[in-house]
Amino acid sequence: MTTLSDGVLDFSTRRTGAMMLRYWYLLRSSWPRLLDLVYWPTVQMITWGFLQFYIMQNAGFFAKAGGTFIGAVLLWDILFRGQLGFSISFMEEMWARNIGNLMMSPLRPFEFISALMVMSIVRLAIGTVPVTFLAIAFFGFNLYGLGLALVAFFLNLMLTAWAVGIFVSGLVLRNGLGAENLAWSIMFLFMPLTCVYYPVSTLPAWLQPVSWALPPTYVFEGMRALLIEHTFRPDLMLHALALNVVFFAAGVFGFLKLLQSARRHGSLIQAGE
Amino acid sequence: MHAPAPPIAIERLVKIYKTIPAVDGISFTLTPGSVTGLLGGNGAGKTTTIASIMGLTTPTSGRVTVLGAEMPRQRYRVLHRMNFESPYVAMPMRLTIRQNLTVFGMLYGVPDLAQRIKQLGEELDLTDLLDRQTGKLSDGQKTRVALAKGLINAPELLLLDEPTASLDPDTADWVRGHLERYRRERNATMLIASHNMAEVERLCDRVIIMKRGHIEDDDTPAKLLARYGRRTLEEVFLDVARGRGIEREAMQ
Repeated sequence: MTTLSDGVLDFSTRRTGAMMLRYWYLLRSSWPRLLDLVYWPTVQMITWGFLQFYIMQNAGFFAKAGGTFIGAVLLWDILFRGQLGFSISFMEEMWARNIGNLMMSPLRPFEFISALMVMSIVRLAIGTVPVTFLAIAFFGFNLYGLGLALVAFFLNLMLTAWAVGIFVSGLVLRNGLGAENLAWSIMFLFMPLTCVYYPVSTLPAWLQPVSWALPPTYVFEGMRALLIEHTFRPDLMLHALALNVVFFAAGVFGFLKLLQSARRHGSLIQAGE
Repeated sequence: MHAPAPPIAIERLVKIYKTIPAVDGISFTLTPGSVTGLLGGNGAGKTTTIASIMGLTTPTSGRVTVLGAEMPRQRYRVLHRMNFESPYVAMPMRLTIRQNLTVFGMLYGVPDLAQRIKQLGEELDLTDLLDRQTGKLSDGQKTRVALAKGLINAPELLLLDEPTASLDPDTADWVRGHLERYRRERNATMLIASHNMAEVERLCDRVIIMKRGHIEDDDTPAKLLARYGRRTLEEVFLDVARGRGIEREAMQ
């Protein structure tokens, strides 16, 4: 049974702001960290952009489906970098051996999580916004041309990214930095299953229900519907949102259970390898 | 009118990791304004005891109350009134001292934070270093920064783990002097885990000696010295650690 500590649900914007300030100081202090945020999204977008350019010149269908690859790359980056931005900010505390200081301070888990969520958006913005402008300059693909649909895509992808990031942070808190690799790799499990670059119908029939159980699948299908058929599918976004509520709640519940387990097993005292 | 709750009250605390008992049924209570030394060899259970007091571990059985709040369940009622300093828990290295103290000051809800940082900078001789990255400081300077973080909220209860480890004798003496002053001015309660017996003799008015998860002895330094017939706490510690305490007592 999970019993919540007294006051665990209290929320202070001052304490949340303190943690955001801490990560902002850290980002500001290191230009390689900032460069790293932009580097991979740029490389990936350029590679896939040229691939799409080549295919469009040689296949009639893809000539009509302009931008699906670059769009998929950019939306995938929101999902992947959103989770990574959350997890890396969390792991900064483990690497700095600062988690003990935080856990014995009045900082509440939900304040910590909120600060990490905001910082994942900040990191994502630093890394992805310049790349979206490069996509316009290099390939004439304007992500912002998706309009309000982009807001729905973004919201759903970020909710999944946070849910996964929160759960993985719990695993690292409970198991130490031995679980660090999960933070880097777990989202790649989503890549084939959520059908980032191809429609769900490409998957074998037995795997399709698994794909439809994952919220990002609806976003990528929705993006293809918009770019190929020029139709916005609100039904897909609502499905994604409903699933995201479940995913997010499961992520938070998992984090709290893992934190509780860390207290039981003494992992917070030796938060390291 | 109710008497104020003791800063720390531990009743029959047991903490078992898997099948290994780290702490095995210890009990003690601290009085307000006291300085208590927690001694013991490696694996004696000091760290687990302190972690239980801070709410970082859940007791297997028994009860830990801090400033009247049961730990870890009611920890958020009192965490802002206590703090912890250890050279083994690091501060973010890329942040300057001022940035680190700002973040922790905000977490602890310190009023007039800029003034408090200025005051700590003066008291701990950090004023000229406030805008330097924490990672670029010497060990002695880092220890003073950790102490500044531990004092940022002017805690009523301060837990210290080896507060002068890796410091040269001059700096260590200076830190001890600062802790004595802080206790005098604020009537703060301190619990100090240390292997430095001279430090414990100087700072503490009570000493609890742990061994294999149990409390082996608990008294004032003077009474311990008298009971074991020794001149220093180091000799007393060795007697307890090597199981000679009871024999000597029996002989006498």
